[in-house]
Amino acid sequence: MKELRLVVDPIRCDAYGHCAELLPELIELDDWGYPILRDDEVPRHLRGDARKAVASCPRLALSLERARAKSKA
Amino acid sequence: MDAVAVRRLLPTSEPLGWRDYGARYGSLPFADAGLLDEVEASGLTGRGGAGFPTAQKLRAVREGRRPVVVANGTEGEPASWKDKTLLRLNPHLVIDGALLAAELVGARRVVLAVGRHGAEQVRIARALAARPDGGAVELATVPERFVVGEESALVHWINGGEAKPTGRRSRPYQRGVDGRPTLVQNVETLANLALVARYGADWFRRDETVLATVGGAVRRPGVVEVPLGVPFPELFSRAGGVTEPVQAYLVGGYFGRWLPAQDTLRLTGEMGARVVVALPARSCGLVESARVVAYMAQQSAKQCGPCLFGLQALAESFATIARAEPEAAEAVARLERLERRIRGRGACAHPDGALGLAASAVRVFGAELSAHASGRCTAHDHEPVLPTPHVKGGWR
Repeated sequence: MKELRLVVDPIRCDAYGHCAELLPELIELDDWGYPILRDDEVPRHLRGDARKAVASCPRLALSLERARAKSKA
Repeated sequence: MDAVAVRRLLPTSEPLGWRDYGARYGSLPFADAGLLDEVEASGLTGRGGAGFPTAQKLRAVREGRRPVVVANGTEGEPASWKDKTLLRLNPHLVIDGALLAAELVGARRVVLAVGRHGAEQVRIARALAARPDGGAVELATVPERFVVGEESALVHWINGGEAKPTGRRSRPYQRGVDGRPTLVQNVETLANLALVARYGADWFRRDETVLATVGGAVRRPGVVEVPLGVPFPELFSRAGGVTEPVQAYLVGGYFGRWLPAQDTLRLTGEMGARVVVALPARSCGLVESARVVAYMAQQSAKQCGPCLFGLQALAESFATIARAEPEAAEAVARLERLERRIRGRGACAHPDGALGLAASAVRVFGAELSAHASGRCTAHDHEPVLPTPHVKGGWR
């Protein structure tokens, strides 16, 4: 089974904060209510909660990805 | 080494017209497959600030279907004038470079993007009209903001959107203008490409030159062409020499950092887009930094929370410190936490760029910071040294 990791799109995110409520083990909120990932890798036992957190984001700013995406040409 | 002797990009102090340009540089060779290897051998890197290898970027875009070339002359950094100066004095070298790049990657659409309020657009339109192949290049006049030159922002604007970054996950080299692979290349880089095509990699590597904008306490602030690696004293002498005692240099512009004044420094490829400002000893580095951080906060595209709120909070803390208010000591204590709260959390480099400058101010002006924390500023005057222009217009 591949590793799953959480990714926040900071442009979409509007600080609703649902993700931190549903997944406090991995997500905390900064002074302005935006999510900070304590760890982007999602351990097995938190996968269900992570999926719920992703589904609960009204701005579709949180996602789960499989492989590590390389950035920039 | 005589720095004055090497003038490849800016051979004249007056704009070089089409005819004189041709007489000086000769006609443009065709871009064949060998040119890509030549660019690679030249070691040419991007001159917009990031310094990415040009050959690698050309190859990546070339693999795609019907790519687009964007010559980036937007230069949103207010302390930098080198792209505007290059476009004014030697527009045809830039246009040649853009057309060569288009040939190399197989692009049909070529866009030359410049700031909307500058006088450049009229001159460039004339330069394009003066040459037989000028019709192949579209001139785009972009809103003047700090972030518009960021490649995803520029691509988004050309596609009809707002000139705001679209995030780290968008890759213009794969999917950019019109959804096609897009080469976004700084105009100084393209001018160098036109030199490599004419004179080859070996020639290029000998006395490689860069454009630098020198400001602050110098007799003739402005743009100079100097050999890469030139010692700072020589760089300043090219700008007429330093006019008074200097305490620090801002290098790399507003994404850059402060360095304590010392003669052993050299102008390197890592110094962003090579802005160097000499801060007089009588000025206050904290007041200057506070003004720039406030400007950067205001210039945020305000899309990402950590950038919008974080830079605002950083600017407020810096303002408190700069004014040596009673709360200055608390504000100093807040900086480190703020930095941790902001770093790496924006969709583009804007917040981290501003943070880098702020963090270097704390390091370099440490003694002044202690003075401010205890309620006083040791500077003799607060006359602004770094430019922080007002924003005009919107994002379209």
